[in-house]
Amino acid sequence: MADIKEIMKEENLVYKKSKVLTDNTMSYCPGCTHGVVHKLVAEVIEEMDIQEKTIGICPVGCSVLAYNFLDIDWQQAAHGRAPALATAVSRLRPDKYVFTYQGDGDLASIGTAEIIHACNRGENIVVIFINNGIYGMTGGQMAPTTLIGMPTSTSPYGRDVKLAGHPLKITELIAQLPGTSYVTRQAAHTPAAVRKCKKAIRKAFENVGNKKGTSFIEVVSTCNSGWKLSPVKSNEWMVEHMFPFYQLGDLKGE
Amino acid sequence: MADYRLMKGNEVIAEAAIRYGCDGYFGYPITPQSEVMETLMLRKPWEETGMVVLQAESEVAAINMVYGGASCGKKVMTSSSSPGISLKQEGITYIAGAELPCLIVNVVRGGPGLGTIQPAQSDYFQAVKGGGHGDYKLIVLAPASVQEMNDFVGQGFDLAFKYRNPVMILSDGVIGQMMEKVQLGEFKPRWTNEEIEKMHGSWATVGKPASRERNIITSLELDSSRQEKFNHKLIEKYKTISENEVRFEKISCDDAEYLFVAYGSSSRICQKAIELARAKGIKVGLLRPITLFPYPTKQIQEMLKQVKGILAVEMSAGQMVEDVRLAVNGKIPVEHFGRLGGMIPTPNEVVDALEKQIIKGK
Repeated sequence: MADIKEIMKEENLVYKKSKVLTDNTMSYCPGCTHGVVHKLVAEVIEEMDIQEKTIGICPVGCSVLAYNFLDIDWQQAAHGRAPALATAVSRLRPDKYVFTYQGDGDLASIGTAEIIHACNRGENIVVIFINNGIYGMTGGQMAPTTLIGMPTSTSPYGRDVKLAGHPLKITELIAQLPGTSYVTRQAAHTPAAVRKCKKAIRKAFENVGNKKGTSFIEVVSTCNSGWKLSPVKSNEWMVEHMFPFYQLGDLKGE
Repeated sequence: MADYRLMKGNEVIAEAAIRYGCDGYFGYPITPQSEVMETLMLRKPWEETGMVVLQAESEVAAINMVYGGASCGKKVMTSSSSPGISLKQEGITYIAGAELPCLIVNVVRGGPGLGTIQPAQSDYFQAVKGGGHGDYKLIVLAPASVQEMNDFVGQGFDLAFKYRNPVMILSDGVIGQMMEKVQLGEFKPRWTNEEIEKMHGSWATVGKPASRERNIITSLELDSSRQEKFNHKLIEKYKTISENEVRFEKISCDDAEYLFVAYGSSSRICQKAIELARAKGIKVGLLRPITLFPYPTKQIQEMLKQVKGILAVEMSAGQMVEDVRLAVNGKIPVEHFGRLGGMIPTPNEVVDALEKQIIKGK
């Protein structure tokens, strides 16, 4: 067998951890999409060489601790309010790259007003929207994006439209707003999807540099803890159930 | 040359903010304070100083814009009136918890609920005792004139940055709407981004250079022992503020046998009541708290050597009177007089109340 030291040479290096990612142990469950998306954001920041110019706004939800994982300046917002913070930061520091990182409960329920109005004003920011159809941090309650019939701890018999209304396709709403320049729905469950998702994130950050207004990226995601499925089964369930309702692709500004 | 104008209290808040180098105002319309944002929009300070002025979609968004701006080390503010200030409470407690400097103006109207658009002082508890959740304090300044509406904007920002703590100007519909002569301040340039980095770069989110650790603005601490330590740090800060920042005014107190304690517009009414009472031979003075937190507790206690009774006059059902009673601790009678629901007491009513509740009641 070849000596490992023989193989570990610069010319053989095909992958390394982004320097924008910290060494802190991630608090996400194994299989969670957050970790992948964090990595992609970190890589984009590093590749664009904008670490010193980036200000992140994290939400309330599982990614409340995002500030532990990306080595940039961070503001942690109250539940749903990240777009309001980002509005002020982007207006007071137009020289910075400002992004919010929000989950579906944060963005599509309690923070609906803030996201709609920030996008409608065309704030020059990136919005990264993790949609896994459930409240992960509080233990798997029904989210605005929970699918019809999908069981959660507050819809134990499955989401009932009569009781809870329909799942909200907020990204379709966002795409209608004149302030948004780029609206896309991505996933990060396969290598191909990860590459596409990264390309979308890169484009969104470049849009901020070009003062194009709001760029909005939904990432259809899994929550294997909340869904009570293994990571592999979660991905399968997402493909089978989430993708038909939340169809992947660019909604605006391909 | 001194710049004197005849202006409304609310207009002066806007003008003072521009002149003091405020970086951003975020608001939402509500009576009786809408002139603050209206004045700013008419003045277009973004053309003059670069100040950002934004009409937010709600009071909730406005206060969170303040959180975002303050996190960047900018001088930012919002204004509203009672129901709107209730909506801002979530943001205010996060701002206090994240130790951010900012200025919040409450031009108080009567409540509860939608209440009335007329003046009241019924938000004292909310402002002074913490309207949001958790153990925190605002520094609360209570202007009694249009001049103080002007002065407290600059002083408020100074205090906010000195202690990295939100400051509230607790005004009311009288002070906000009335016109008086005011001497406006000199124009102060806004801080440059370089100056902010020098002064506040140790904590503000201005973009992380390779030379330092990342700055994180948060009020989250999942480790209870560390949260408790942080709570104690806040308590220490509030103690320092209490020791150093108490402001008050005494009027006709030298020979006073009785005392009014009143702030804001009630203190103006009490000044006239003092004239009327003294014409009747009643020696009464006024202690006007200018800071409501920190409260002039010691200054009230010092008056106990000479006065026989205290009437707390406020346009509420009796809120600040509790702090007077805490200071007095049962040593002399303390009573409350106030009108409610937007009704403003007359000086004669105040004198009558002093006679009935304090003098004859003794």
